Amino acid sequence: MSIRTYAEINARLRKGNAVVVTAEEVVSMVREQGLTETARQVDVVTTGTFAPMCSSGVYLNFGHSAPRVKGHRITLNDVPAYGGLAAVDTYLGATAVPEDDPLNSTHPGEFRYGGGHVIHDLVAGKPVKLRVIGYGTDCYPRREIETYVTLDDLNEVVLFNPRNAYQNYNVAVNLGDSTLYTYMGVLKPRLGNAHYSTSGQLSPLLKDPYFRTIGIGTRIFLGGGIGYVVWNGTQHFPSVREGPVKGSVFAAGGTLTVLGDLKQMSPQWLVGASFLGYGATLVVGIGVPIPILDEEVLRYTALSDAELYAPVMDYNKAYPQRLSETLGLVSYAELKSGTIKINGQNVPTASMSSYSKAREIAGILKEWLLGGEFLLSEPAQLLPSPHAGLVGKPLEIKGPKEC
Amino acid sequence: MTPKKVVLRFPAEVSDKPLIYYLVKDYNLMVNILKANINPHKQGTMIMELSGDKFDAGIAFLESRGVNVQPLSEEIVRNEDRCISCGACTAICPSGALFVERPAMTVRFDGGKCVVCQLCTRACPIRAMEVKF
Ligand code: SF4
Ligand code: SF4
Repeated sequence: MSIRTYAEINARLRKGNAVVVTAEEVVSMVREQGLTETARQVDVVTTGTFAPMCSSGVYLNFGHSAPRVKGHRITLNDVPAYGGLAAVDTYLGATAVPEDDPLNSTHPGEFRYGGGHVIHDLVAGKPVKLRVIGYGTDCYPRREIETYVTLDDLNEVVLFNPRNAYQNYNVAVNLGDSTLYTYMGVLKPRLGNAHYSTSGQLSPLLKDPYFRTIGIGTRIFLGGGIGYVVWNGTQHFPSVREGPVKGSVFAAGGTLTVLGDLKQMSPQWLVGASFLGYGATLVVGIGVPIPILDEEVLRYTALSDAELYAPVMDYNKAYPQRLSETLGLVSYAELKSGTIKINGQNVPTASMSSYSKAREIAGILKEWLLGGEFLLSEPAQLLPSPHAGLVGKPLEIKGPKEC
Repeated sequence: MTPKKVVLRFPAEVSDKPLIYYLVKDYNLMVNILKANINPHKQGTMIMELSGDKFDAGIAFLESRGVNVQPLSEEIVRNEDRCISCGACTAICPSGALFVERPAMTVRFDGGKCVVCQLCTRACPIRAMEVKF
């Protein structure tokens, strides 16, 4: 049964009498005063995450030179960007690395500078070397340009991330005998450590697992500025089932495509990262407000770390070979305690996602909402929920006649 | 002679051998252990001050037993502006110098515990851990 509408919440936000709490604060509120009473009081719950998100990038328009050039090969600080759009449009992906990067030729490679670092430098206002090679046409005669640009010099710079805010993630371990260098960090042999990467009870999509409120047009905190959910992320295959303890939830598979104007974002919340032996990426800050439309919505926002679970996965064999077996589920409370038990062994845990920064984001979003300048937007269409039954298709290797 | 600070790195095969005892007994060196650590893979790191006439012979002895000896000229510092408190370094750091403070879940660096193994300088995705010479 609906308790309040978007319009009612926005009216209260404008007047300055709305009640906004973070996804951490709501846990203890519901524990203390119950669902019904909390649902009556709270209008919005804010979430947050600050983690490496590889499927990120910017599209930008760098303006026309005289004479004009049609970008065929484009680099920003020597990092290649896409040359397959119109003459002076390009897309720079977070994981792109310079042509002459040694990659993993001496394993593990360092990947010191890549697309994520360029995005960080751009948003920090630093000059970035732009190199454009054209092949020369009658309308775009110039063949080469090298110049320096800053964020202000560029026409549009839009952060456009096809898959962010993964609802849940594997806890990565290594059952093998030698160290692994992965996007989940350095994994020591024989269960030397376990790395996880979501903000648990603060994580946006863990707090709305049925996608009751998040959809196309949802206004969010993105990279320190305002952004929008524009579609479901790639590989959006959400599912929810009960975890090992009654009332607990194992939700996984939801993702977001997000977009926002880079010019109003901040280098504090978009940070280039280098994963040893894996590659470059971008750490992205995202915060999603969840309107408490009814008690059911509140119930999920109030799930605590002890009630949210993640699967443990071996990155020596199971993950790279795409085997589906996991080593069981562990709760975020266990993960955050610093040690989990796997196969009877105590394994130290560490996170790739910053919980303290996630909390900061949820806090900033709360302040924005309470300040009345950030209003909720009702989605034009909700994202597919677990009921849609979306499942991932594997890639099979076959010839044209086998299709 | 004035004591010299050195970093000793012991491979797993020798970390249980009483090598320091021989430094004292056979080479007559004065030993002052500043920090010592053995990681779960049985690799040891020790920072110590050494003095005595047979300093060079003592070092040669350690090296002959597979110990890596380096003068302590480096120190690890954290660039506090860069660190995002993720935690990617905490299970890698062998000495407990990088650790999570609970329940705030912020990552702290205690330089006093650091054994300058430098594992964090590459394991930190943000490159917030820096070597200072
Ligand atoms: S890995 Fe780097 S950024 Fe993350 S907590 Fe450690 S020092 Fe800070
Ligand atoms: S160098 Fe880094 S990993 Fe090694 S002990 Fe010091 S802080 Fe820990």
